[in-house]
Amino acid sequence: MNLLEKLDAAAAARKALLPNGVGAFGIPIEEVYSATEARIGHRRVLLLGTNNYLGLTFAPECLEAAHEAIDEEGTGTTGSRMANGSYFGHRALEKEFADFYQCSSGMVFTTGYQANLGTISGLVGRGDTVLIDGDSHASIYDGCILSGADIIRFKHNDMVDMEKRLCRLGERTQTTLIIAEGIYSMLGDQAPLAEIVKLKNKYNCTLLLDEAHSLGVLGETGQGLVEKTGLLKEVDFITGTFSKSLCSIGGFCVSNHSQLEQLRYVSHPYIFTASPSPATIASTRAALKLLSGGTELRDQLWKNSNQLYTKLEETGYTLGPEPGPVIAAIVDNPQQALALWQGLLDHDIYVNLILPPAAPEGKSLVRCSVNAAHTIEQMDYVGSIFAKLKQEIFK
Amino acid sequence: MTASNYDEIMQLLCDRLGSLTASDIQITPESNLIGQLSIDSIKLLNLIMEIEDTFDISVPINALADVQTVRDLVDLIYKIKSSS
Repeated sequence: MNLLEKLDAAAAARKALLPNGVGAFGIPIEEVYSATEARIGHRRVLLLGTNNYLGLTFAPECLEAAHEAIDEEGTGTTGSRMANGSYFGHRALEKEFADFYQCSSGMVFTTGYQANLGTISGLVGRGDTVLIDGDSHASIYDGCILSGADIIRFKHNDMVDMEKRLCRLGERTQTTLIIAEGIYSMLGDQAPLAEIVKLKNKYNCTLLLDEAHSLGVLGETGQGLVEKTGLLKEVDFITGTFSKSLCSIGGFCVSNHSQLEQLRYVSHPYIFTASPSPATIASTRAALKLLSGGTELRDQLWKNSNQLYTKLEETGYTLGPEPGPVIAAIVDNPQQALALWQGLLDHDIYVNLILPPAAPEGKSLVRCSVNAAHTIEQMDYVGSIFAKLKQEIFK
Repeated sequence: MTASNYDEIMQLLCDRLGSLTASDIQITPESNLIGQLSIDSIKLLNLIMEIEDTFDISVPINALADVQTVRDLVDLIYKIKSSS
């Protein structure tokens, strides 16, 4: 089989999962009307499959900041952070992230994916070990592979399993980086951070926490799981993304370890790419102020999330283990998941479809992402359509 | 580790793979894990965790880059177990 035939084989497998050309993946969004509505084909749909947790995509403060930055600094930096791509805004945002997390250092990356790739591959290398949760995001897996370190997985959120694997590493735990996530993107559950910290200290490891989905969602000021659990000072490195609660694109890493600065000189995903555009940086800075400036958006987000989670649970859906903005209906097979996804779209609701092997344990997921701009009426409508489809599809 | 240990690992792995693949597929040391046994990436990663627990060893998943057949996997486990 040559290279192109291999791709044909992969395409055939995809078609077998999604017959009739159903475009569940990469569906074209023709027009965006607001943080909660858009047009797909001829339908005006409710957006329930975005990561726009605080609903800030059209926040006037962010729009204005982005417009000003384009007018004053142009559309792009046309260079990497190592060369001509470190503007005042990039450095200011790094300082603002460091201050937000009460850390001494902060780094900004061009994407959230690169934040994990760049941080992990900068911190560990050949001869070191990374101990990662089995449900880790692809950016974590890819960062580990890029690093050349030995990659050991533990069962998702299973601390007995994690300790068993730490024990086997013996003295190698001193050069082991443990990686967990504040909120896991598939089922929306949170890492047992207190227990992870306990094991990290017991075995003298280093801990990196990815707050991609929990930034702006958890904690009084929105720092994430570190704030909710009061364990900010126990986590060595925190990474995150701008593309969820902060509504732009980019990523960051903060730490109280001064060695973070050295990553600027060894981390290829940081060095060998153009830096974020001025508009991206400006809107992110404005969004970070809004995120940390009050609890109103977070309160509304949780109100919406709890309402929908409760409704779907009462209707009889199997859901992820705890309420949160990521609400995944766990379905036994891809055909049922596809029927549910299509049924929701037929009722003008867009959600995410996740099929094996991307979904855990061979299941399929129909995943909703709630945001603060959704209304109670919209959540009621979504709940009622899920209930209707439950009767029709899962008779 | 001895030759019989190697054979034991082979037998154990073939038995386990048998429960992960269709019943009409014959598993041999030369069976390709992905192409012939349809062991996808997630199944393989989960199988590695089971192997780690069974043999009380650490099997880095990046070591799987060179593993294509059942024999490749047995060789890897045997090598790690022998040096532990």
